[in-house]
Amino acid sequence: MTDAMTMVRRNFAHTRRNPGAIIMTIALPVVLLLLFVGVFGGALRAGFGSSEDYIDYVVAGVLIMAVGYGSTTTALAVNRDITEGVIARFRTMAISRASVLTGHVVGSTVRTLAGAVLVVLVALALGLRLHGGPLGWLAAAGLLALLTIAMTWLGVAAGLAAKTAEGVAPFTLIVQLLPFLSSAFVPPGSMTGALRWFAAHEPFTPIIDTLRALLLGTAIGDRWILAVGWCLALALAGYLWARALFARDPNR
Amino acid sequence: MPSAIAVSGLRKSFGDKVVLDGIDLEVPAGTTFALLGPNGSGKTTTVQILSTLIGASGGTASIAGHDLATEPQAVRGAIGVTGQFSAVDNLLTGEENLILMAALHHLDRAEGRRRTAELLDRFDLVDAAKRLASTYSGGMRRRLDLAMTLIGRPRVIFLDEPTTGLDPRSRRLMWQIVRELVAGGVTIFLTTQQLEEADELADRIAVLDGGKVVAAGTPDELKRGLPGGHVRLMFQEKSDLDAAVRAVEHGSPDDEALTLDVPSDDGVRALRDLLDRLDKAGIEVAGLDVRTPDLEDVFYKLTEKEAAR
Repeated sequence: MTDAMTMVRRNFAHTRRNPGAIIMTIALPVVLLLLFVGVFGGALRAGFGSSEDYIDYVVAGVLIMAVGYGSTTTALAVNRDITEGVIARFRTMAISRASVLTGHVVGSTVRTLAGAVLVVLVALALGLRLHGGPLGWLAAAGLLALLTIAMTWLGVAAGLAAKTAEGVAPFTLIVQLLPFLSSAFVPPGSMTGALRWFAAHEPFTPIIDTLRALLLGTAIGDRWILAVGWCLALALAGYLWARALFARDPNR
Repeated sequence: MPSAIAVSGLRKSFGDKVVLDGIDLEVPAGTTFALLGPNGSGKTTTVQILSTLIGASGGTASIAGHDLATEPQAVRGAIGVTGQFSAVDNLLTGEENLILMAALHHLDRAEGRRRTAELLDRFDLVDAAKRLASTYSGGMRRRLDLAMTLIGRPRVIFLDEPTTGLDPRSRRLMWQIVRELVAGGVTIFLTTQQLEEADELADRIAVLDGGKVVAAGTPDELKRGLPGGHVRLMFQEKSDLDAAVRAVEHGSPDDEALTLDVPSDDGVRALRDLLDRLDKAGIEVAGLDVRTPDLEDVFYKLTEKEAAR
């Protein structure tokens, strides 16, 4: 535990030194929010009926994008650690083996959730109406944290798997594209053919729908079971993948 | 003396590529051992295995009395690793790197700060302490790297090509530090492709080539394994050279350079006899050069043999 805490402190020191990580995880989601509300909001509002403001709809999607950016940043940071050889040094020391990965996961989760809070605050200033109530908001925060941990472990694994920083690109692409092909920005019902089917069935859609319902206080139904299930499955997959990659011989 | 490092039949292959083909090594505590070899001979792989970074495919090893395979964590507690594949944290300052190491060695805060200040001073990094490691020069990085290794007071230190790419001054400084460590009772295991470095620092040397130890011993023993050196005689006139060839019998002349190489067991008496003989024959010698075999000769002779097979 002490070693993991040391590694978390190391991660925070990195964040202070690395403006890129701050922009990517904290400022970019806010920019995205402003972009969607300000640029696309007017045009998209037509499809949402008069009573519903687009900002209410889009905020959950922007939060998911923030989680995606956070996991991408983690993948790059882990990749830097492994290619520069710092991890090799840690491995030859009598410390808790996975503590360096734990440090990345905890650090990244805190960063991402800080970004999420900022998104919600800015959205509130822009007219977001949260009717979910304290319990709903708490549940939303919990779900978002769970998703963040899941995506961060996947990011750690992607960072370990890539031989160079460029090798992280496929992960980045998937993580940043999937929300667009979900219910994040427009309802899947408005999409065409195969895309509609894909958007309705990919993991992000139930997660985003549940998050949105919890925040806004609309009906949830039983989609939340699927949402939590996906989060747990992704977290487990990411963790096991990362653990397997970390255990292998580093040079082949 | 107890062994700090004992290696027996160590093997490593990646797929069907054999990198280490059964090597045996023995390093007494408090001595410096150099593993010498060309690129790709398996030096770094050996260090990676002995420092617990990767597993061996066969053989046994013990470090500081702990078995590598069954007590890796105890081995890690006794060793420090510096070099090519391990590194410093570029996004931290030199000082923060050292404090990080202190925290990972579970030193309390005050002790960690004290050790950090001491090592910054000893490694001439005080002025750079607050700068990010990414801004350091090669020599500074290598010094910081070694300082980080020393935070935990390791008993056995692995230095993987510690001076590769350093300028001569930084290299001298590194050598100086290594000598001080050994004087303090630490065991050093270093890899190098520079013969001079092995000759300068090591008590014992093993020459690694193609995954095998092709020779081992003290630097002197290795040099002795070679046929003796020779004396090179230099002449002004071709006639003197020809006369010398007749007088000496088994020299190898060079008509262009007007020199004659005479084999010699590098004893003073043999040299005096040679000069006496030339004197009696009335031959004018313009200059002479006594050449003893150095490690370079040893190295080329050994690795040539391997390459020829």
